[in-house]
Amino acid sequence: MSVQADLRGNRQGELWRSLEGVNDPELDEPVTEMGFVERAEVLADGSVAVDFRLPTYWCSPNFAFLMLDGMRQALEALSWSPAYRIRLHDHMFAEEVNRGVEAGKTFGEIFCELAGDEDIADLRETFARKAYLRRQEAMLLGLRKQGLTDREILGMDLLAYDTARFEGEEAVKQKPRYREALLLRWSGRRPTEPVFVTWEGSPIAPRALGAYLAELRSVRINMEFNGALCRGLKTTRYKELEVVDGEPTLVDFILDRVPPRDCASRPAHS
Amino acid sequence: MFITPEGKEIFVVDGHTHFWDGSPENQRNIHGKQFIDCFYGYHTFLSPKEEYWPKEKFEKYSADDLYNDLFINGPDDVAIIQSTYLKDFYKNGFNTIERNAEVAKRYPERFIVNGSFDPRDGEKAIEYIHYMKETYDIQGVKMYTAEWNGASKGWRLNDPDAYRCFELCEKLGIRNIHVHKGPTIIPLAKDSFDVHDVDHAATDFQGLNWIIEHCGLPRLDDFCWVAVQETNVYGGLAVALPFINNRPRYFGEVIAELLYWLGPDKLLFGSDYGIWTPRWLVEKLWAYQIPDDIAAERGVQLTDEIKEKILGLNAARLYNIDVAAKKAALAKSPLRIAAE
Repeated sequence: MSVQADLRGNRQGELWRSLEGVNDPELDEPVTEMGFVERAEVLADGSVAVDFRLPTYWCSPNFAFLMLDGMRQALEALSWSPAYRIRLHDHMFAEEVNRGVEAGKTFGEIFCELAGDEDIADLRETFARKAYLRRQEAMLLGLRKQGLTDREILGMDLLAYDTARFEGEEAVKQKPRYREALLLRWSGRRPTEPVFVTWEGSPIAPRALGAYLAELRSVRINMEFNGALCRGLKTTRYKELEVVDGEPTLVDFILDRVPPRDCASRPAHS
Repeated sequence: MFITPEGKEIFVVDGHTHFWDGSPENQRNIHGKQFIDCFYGYHTFLSPKEEYWPKEKFEKYSADDLYNDLFINGPDDVAIIQSTYLKDFYKNGFNTIERNAEVAKRYPERFIVNGSFDPRDGEKAIEYIHYMKETYDIQGVKMYTAEWNGASKGWRLNDPDAYRCFELCEKLGIRNIHVHKGPTIIPLAKDSFDVHDVDHAATDFQGLNWIIEHCGLPRLDDFCWVAVQETNVYGGLAVALPFINNRPRYFGEVIAELLYWLGPDKLLFGSDYGIWTPRWLVEKLWAYQIPDDIAAERGVQLTDEIKEKILGLNAARLYNIDVAAKKAALAKSPLRIAAE
């Protein structure tokens, strides 16, 4: 391996990790995990190309914009400040979006043209709230499962949260994500302040936890419905594309659709 | 008729079926192709593998497929066949009332054909409601608030034009208003599947039954909130029920919420045929139990008695079907598929 190839490999890793931090706002799951990023490649000249495809032609353009915007921020933050290109494929507004991006318009500008009177800041806030609540529910349920009393859970401060050991796949996965959402919402949170508060910042009384969890559950039920449909539709859509294109794409490698033998003999994204 | 493993006969009204033509020949534009492709995605995602249809059959299935899948191989006693026009996407419409009435002709005692109209057509919509009542004696309609119509990308149930139409429906005895409030497949910022307009319409038209197809998902909490306040709002389980196959726990959470808020008398089975076929749905629903922890949280159970209501008795009440008389009539008129 040459130094050049090493460098490119490292950058490739950094690129992928940075995209992993971008969430589908509606589902609160990483775009990489949803399989939306079909190709993310560091080219020979160091520039970056990202191809992005949603589960259906109809997927709400608002969400597409928010994700593309998140990706753009992720790419802006790459250590080698590369030139980059992001393309949205097979979407009813793909052309408008791609044209807007190429013309150097901000997503806000493109969004305004397509979305009429809806405020993107409001949308962001709605999704931030849902993400906060969904992650919080996962932590509350996880801690209950671990045998903590409601009083113990709700009395937990940020310091205790950071040092606590969590069990269960979902709780372990959501622990840093809930922390991130909490600090995004309450940026000056001190270690001695409670870690589980409502979106409005009120403490939750132990006797009210049951009713509060029912509210959180209804938020999750809606998000899971969308998530399940998106995953399902995406899988069937990519199935068709696989046949059309013939060549496996990055998403095939991510989803383990390519036999290992082939993987070993070729680079992951040629 | 569904016969339970214990030998009990269950009367089945399938509240949501289609006889569409989504074939390439009928597609007007790329939207028509993408629309049926999206449906096909739903079909393959939630159906058990052994129930998969080839794409070609899915795009346009025959009348015999319909009879077989619903009544012969399937458990339906009565099927409500809904009309959806989508004329902006399909040259002859997706499934018009004419197409539905034609296919229903062979077994009139087994089909209830519902109409549809678009309030944005103004005076024409009024005339069309009269025409459907006179020609087909419809008892219900299917509303599709996100349908495109020229420059408009959707409408609301409480628009003044819509109210004029519902006033006429009430006058003519078209009592069952099925409304698609489900996954957002037609986009843009204005969310035409938002359920809050149901609240207004149901309050202002107490004489009509509002059957909200897909229970507003993914806005289940909003739907429950509306339904709990209005005695004339019902939930159609199409799209929610198929989750029973590969996400049974999730289905348990949804049905527990619905039973908690709406109760067992307000839920209607619907296969959404041809997206899904009714046999496996009914079999799985009959065999299903809500997981204990979810049932305990909401204090609800999905008993056999409740399942029987969901599968047919609730819809029978809305459509004035005398179950005993209907069973006797169906027993006397056997089904035949045309010989090859």
